[in-house]
Amino acid sequence: MKMIYVDNISKKFGSLEVLKDISLEVKKGEVISIIGPSGSGKSTFLRSLILLEQIDKGRIEIEGIPISAFDDKGKRISLPRKDVKDGVRKMGMVFQNFHLFPHKTVLENVIEAPIIVNKLDKKEAVSLGEELLKKVGLLDKKDSYPSQISGGQKQRVAIARALAMKPDIMLFDEPTSALDPELVGEVLGVIKNLAKENMTMLIVTHEMGFAKEVSDRVVFMDKGEIIEDAPPNKLFNNPDHPRIKAFLEKILK
Amino acid sequence: MSDILGMIIYILKGSLITLKLYIVTIVLSIPLGVLGALGKISKSKLLSSFVGFYTWIFRGTPLLLQLFFIYFGLPHFLGINFSKFQAASLTFILNYGAYFTEIFRGGILSIDKGQYEAAKVLGLSYPQTMRRIILPQTIRRVLPATSNEAITLVKDTALVTAISMEDLLRNANQIVAREYTIIPFVIAGVIYLVLTSIIVWIFRKLEEKYSIYE
Repeated sequence: MKMIYVDNISKKFGSLEVLKDISLEVKKGEVISIIGPSGSGKSTFLRSLILLEQIDKGRIEIEGIPISAFDDKGKRISLPRKDVKDGVRKMGMVFQNFHLFPHKTVLENVIEAPIIVNKLDKKEAVSLGEELLKKVGLLDKKDSYPSQISGGQKQRVAIARALAMKPDIMLFDEPTSALDPELVGEVLGVIKNLAKENMTMLIVTHEMGFAKEVSDRVVFMDKGEIIEDAPPNKLFNNPDHPRIKAFLEKILK
Repeated sequence: MSDILGMIIYILKGSLITLKLYIVTIVLSIPLGVLGALGKISKSKLLSSFVGFYTWIFRGTPLLLQLFFIYFGLPHFLGINFSKFQAASLTFILNYGAYFTEIFRGGILSIDKGQYEAAKVLGLSYPQTMRRIILPQTIRRVLPATSNEAITLVKDTALVTAISMEDLLRNANQIVAREYTIIPFVIAGVIYLVLTSIIVWIFRKLEEKYSIYE
């Protein structure tokens, strides 16, 4: 089953084309890393999938539900709001800068959306929240505020918060880029565990070793385009495109 | 001695009017400010320019003029008659609502865009995001500015003397005129100081309460 189907999407910021005719299909349980130089449109692509950015052209379907679509003449097709909402809700997202709610404790951060959006009762939500915090190894921090924990811990809370909405797909937008080097491992560890549980994931990352280890496919983006989409062994050891070789040489040096 | 006691009692009676006006104004102008702020940042051009016009008028003209206009002017133009207390309350609520609108708007805009995005990807609607995520964080940021306004309001209430409301200052002034002594002014000053000190104390407690998460 196609979890994500992206067909020829484009996006401009003013006159700058940040996404150019991008197409991608993701199957259930696949882990896909998106790599490439900064400014290549990786984050914009991820944000477009969950409608934090609006595309200008193309089509996005999540588990068969179209959430953004244009007709042949380039006119936006108006889609039923409920379907769009349902499609978007199948995804959870984790940001580079965590964006935890600072006025809520760790546990409150995790159970906020289940209570407010899914109308879960408080007791159920708390037990769900505690289970997820245990999973990311932070049950002992449940009553702390975000300002009282480390960056790595914040990002693990953010992952638990996203998982609390029971998404089928997780999007990670540079989840370790804002972390001190010694804290990167704990976050990658949590993501690896999700991969073992067969979570479908799209991960924008600069951690090449991690991308190699955890991904089924690696997508290389440059200047708003997907240059190559291949299994990690192929992309890292024998990429088709010279630009990828140059990029890898630069960062592995 | 009993003279001074009598003065104090008379002035305290005026303080009750001052206090009543103060409480009515605070209780109604703060929600008005929240609504105004939400209106001003709303995507609706009509709504945001309407609120803009409102704050322009009420922040751009003297409070005393507004009081005169609402107490003497409105009955003349619209045929509505207000009691002195109603006119004063209305004026103060509208005037302070305008200032709170701007303070809260600034507070809301100071919240990181990432908070909206995090709420959105979790499925929260705009009203839910405002109520649960943005406004609670705004409270902390606007407390110092709100505290300033709350203190200023204590002193601004003295303006109602100008429409002969029998507030703290007017009662003090009456005794001064009658008895040729400035002791009532001292008493009035002390009462204002007590009132403002209480406000400062309340806001300090609020700031402590809201600072736990930073």
